[in-house]
Amino acid sequence: MTQAEKEIRFQEKIDREIKIEPNDWMPDEYRQTLVRQISQHAHSEIVGMLPEGNWITRAPNLRRKAVLLAKVQDEAGHGLYLYSAVETLGTSREQTIDDLHSGKAKYSSIFNYPALTWADIGTIGWLVDGAAIMNQVALCRTSYGPYARAMVKICKEESFHQRQGYESLMKLCSGTPQQKAMAQDAMNRFWWPALMMFGPSDADSTHSDQSIKWKIKRFTNDELRQSFVDATVAQAEILGLTIPDPNLKWNEARGHYDFSEINWEEFWQVVKGNGPCNKERLAARVKAKEEGAWVREAATAFAKKRAMKKSA
Amino acid sequence: MSTNEWPLWEVFIRSKQGLNHKHVGSLRAPDATLALENARDVYTRRSEGISIWVVESVQIHATDIDEAASFFEPSDTKIYRHPTFYEVPDGVKHM
Repeated sequence: MTQAEKEIRFQEKIDREIKIEPNDWMPDEYRQTLVRQISQHAHSEIVGMLPEGNWITRAPNLRRKAVLLAKVQDEAGHGLYLYSAVETLGTSREQTIDDLHSGKAKYSSIFNYPALTWADIGTIGWLVDGAAIMNQVALCRTSYGPYARAMVKICKEESFHQRQGYESLMKLCSGTPQQKAMAQDAMNRFWWPALMMFGPSDADSTHSDQSIKWKIKRFTNDELRQSFVDATVAQAEILGLTIPDPNLKWNEARGHYDFSEINWEEFWQVVKGNGPCNKERLAARVKAKEEGAWVREAATAFAKKRAMKKSA
Repeated sequence: MSTNEWPLWEVFIRSKQGLNHKHVGSLRAPDATLALENARDVYTRRSEGISIWVVESVQIHATDIDEAASFFEPSDTKIYRHPTFYEVPDGVKHM
């Protein structure tokens, strides 16, 4: 079979909604796109543990602390499902992680913003996990089998992440004026970065068309962003929080909310590594790997010793 | 450490008594004991299992995807292995 014939047959499978599995033939570009997207997703789960992990010891009570711990532990698990999915494409885990540490691979730019107050933790659960879920639910039907299966599991686990955040904000918003102000301040800082999580606008998205054709993505960045805005407005109203956008208003003709243009200059700056926390986040990951090396070496040595005893 | 990656393990979980162990994913671990503990932490955080198997991925032998059509061909052509192949009069019951 020629390359062209293989590609036609591959696209036919995609069009018939047949999932692609690790040993199936796939175009090199399909494989590369998946490695890039899934590893970026995995890194986001892992780096995403940093701003929240920082608040575990400062959670206001034992219940919130247990919940936050469980959420951060979930993110570690989600990173792992996704790293495993990347490995099925023939890229080693070590290489995938080294690419993050060298700055070659990206992660979601939202985690380059700091979590300054306790209200930020609730807001991250509500808006950041909410935006992530919007994206991930769509990915449950992605064309690559291992990625789709990881997404199904992640979505099942993640719905509590958004709910716990919303519940925590509910408490703050019905508390003292200072607590309410703290929630509004978090909303003001996280709203725009949350909208940026859906990536560049469709007009500027380099990989979008091909990814839609291959059904790696099922919806475009702008479609998902619009769904998120439409779903979130009413939730903000119930909290009594104001969305920091004077142009946000219902458009009867479109059946959607209109909203202001995103500050793309800021978006690209953060993507390029110039956000408030880019250096700190990467440094924390590199440090964790270097300082944890002895644990991995000890575990390997112990496993060898036990194997020798068994065979003796 | 980069030249010395831990082996890959495939994880199978029995969700409840009476059901098969089912493949749920994979992970890396230095040995079977740690693979089982990691599998518990990664794949059963919400009571998904009562029993876990881990198998080193290199121990799994699989059919060749390129040979699948000819490999499975014998079962596709024998439609008389299915009960619907046989005609039975309408009045016949319990069959």
